[in-house]
Amino acid sequence: MTDSIRTQIRQVLADHARLPADVDTVSDDADLFQAGMTSHASVNVMLALEDSFDVEFPDSMLRRSVFESIDAIADAITQITVTAA
Amino acid sequence: MSIGTDSDLEFATSVRRIADEVAAAHADDVDHNARFPREAIDALREAGALSAWIPEEYGGGGVSLESIAQACYDLARGCSSTAMVFAMHQIQVGTIFRHIEGQTWFEGYLQEVCADQRLIASATSEVGTGGDMGRSVAAVTPIGDGRFMLEKRAPVVSYGAYSDDILTTVRRSPEGEQSDQVMVLHRTAETEMELTGSWDTIGMRGTCSPGFVLRAKFPAGQILSAPFAKMMAESIVPLSHLLWSYAWLGIATEAFERGRAFVRAQSRRNPGQPVPAAHNLSRVMGQLSMLRSEVGGALEDYMRWSSAPGREPLSTMASILRFNNLKLGASEQAPKICQDVLEVVGIMAYKNDSPYGVGRHLRDTLSARLMVANERINAIDAGLLMIAKEV
Repeated sequence: MTDSIRTQIRQVLADHARLPADVDTVSDDADLFQAGMTSHASVNVMLALEDSFDVEFPDSMLRRSVFESIDAIADAITQITVTAA
Repeated sequence: MSIGTDSDLEFATSVRRIADEVAAAHADDVDHNARFPREAIDALREAGALSAWIPEEYGGGGVSLESIAQACYDLARGCSSTAMVFAMHQIQVGTIFRHIEGQTWFEGYLQEVCADQRLIASATSEVGTGGDMGRSVAAVTPIGDGRFMLEKRAPVVSYGAYSDDILTTVRRSPEGEQSDQVMVLHRTAETEMELTGSWDTIGMRGTCSPGFVLRAKFPAGQILSAPFAKMMAESIVPLSHLLWSYAWLGIATEAFERGRAFVRAQSRRNPGQPVPAAHNLSRVMGQLSMLRSEVGGALEDYMRWSSAPGREPLSTMASILRFNNLKLGASEQAPKICQDVLEVVGIMAYKNDSPYGVGRHLRDTLSARLMVANERINAIDAGLLMIAKEV
């Protein structure tokens, strides 16, 4: 379950994060902003994640720290889907 | 506004005196000659105002941010450039002490600021980043022996030549991404500053903000190691928008008061006669009142969000939007108020040598929309609007 979440997140990042490096070279706990994701790109990533996972991030989650790594994003999505279930 | 303690009261009193007696007295000359407001800044130094906001544990005055904001407003009523220099210095000061995280070099440095009333400039924008403060080209470059250097092409460095130190945004390393940034504090005396432009502008002429190529060498301790994005979200951006807005509110208020003085003089000459200008000025007062509420409300939000655990609310999108909206609103409203006063008063406000003149105020507030261009802020907000749930 969690691995498929991470695979799906990686697909979104590949499509929208516009990282200078291949997303496959970025580890799950690496800082995406340090890896070159701009704040502009991060907004597109959030939108695409909402679409891909069919979730809505509450305002309290719309923080840089929630989107700073694949692990952090996975935690946030797990938390939303658990709450919704 | 709550100005609670004795030190706050003492600070407010001395700033108001400096604004009236020193800043206002030299404002026209500063503007006319596009020169640094040295009399007012010296007076602020003498009063210890440059370290007023620094917590007492480092030897500062420990006054509240409300008092600093009020000081920006009071100084701006006398001289916009003085207020803007003071505001920018405080943004640098606040960024350092809010993110010091036990860095010993910076603890010693803050004590020096208190003892010597050092004036801190900043070099945030850079040639080649299109005005995006979230990216840097210049990088912290190792030169051996634990020392580093930076070389930055800064298109605008306000009062750089008059500063004691400069807080500069750079990439963490030459290999790092442009968005992986840190801030470095380097002493102006130890910085090679190659002038690359002039500062003959429409307004804010006394801030003396030409471009420079900055070259500095420094030890690792002078790198502020807190994450740059955190400093931006919690301090640099909201503090800039707040303190600038207080200065713009002060300028607009001074323009309004000149309009009011004109209308009062008119009505005294013809008591009992209707004064059409007063009706028009009443409308301007409504706008000024809205501007004041927006600026005051933003400061209250910032104080509340700053005191939440981990300053969490300040890193939300709602917070980015909140302070962007403040900046957009205040920067558009302030020059509008000055222009409206111009129309209410007429030729006596258009004349530079008239006691009712508002030309300088109008010109100074025109800078507001360009200091971090509103177009850029609208572009950021446009993205955030798509994702934020409550705006």
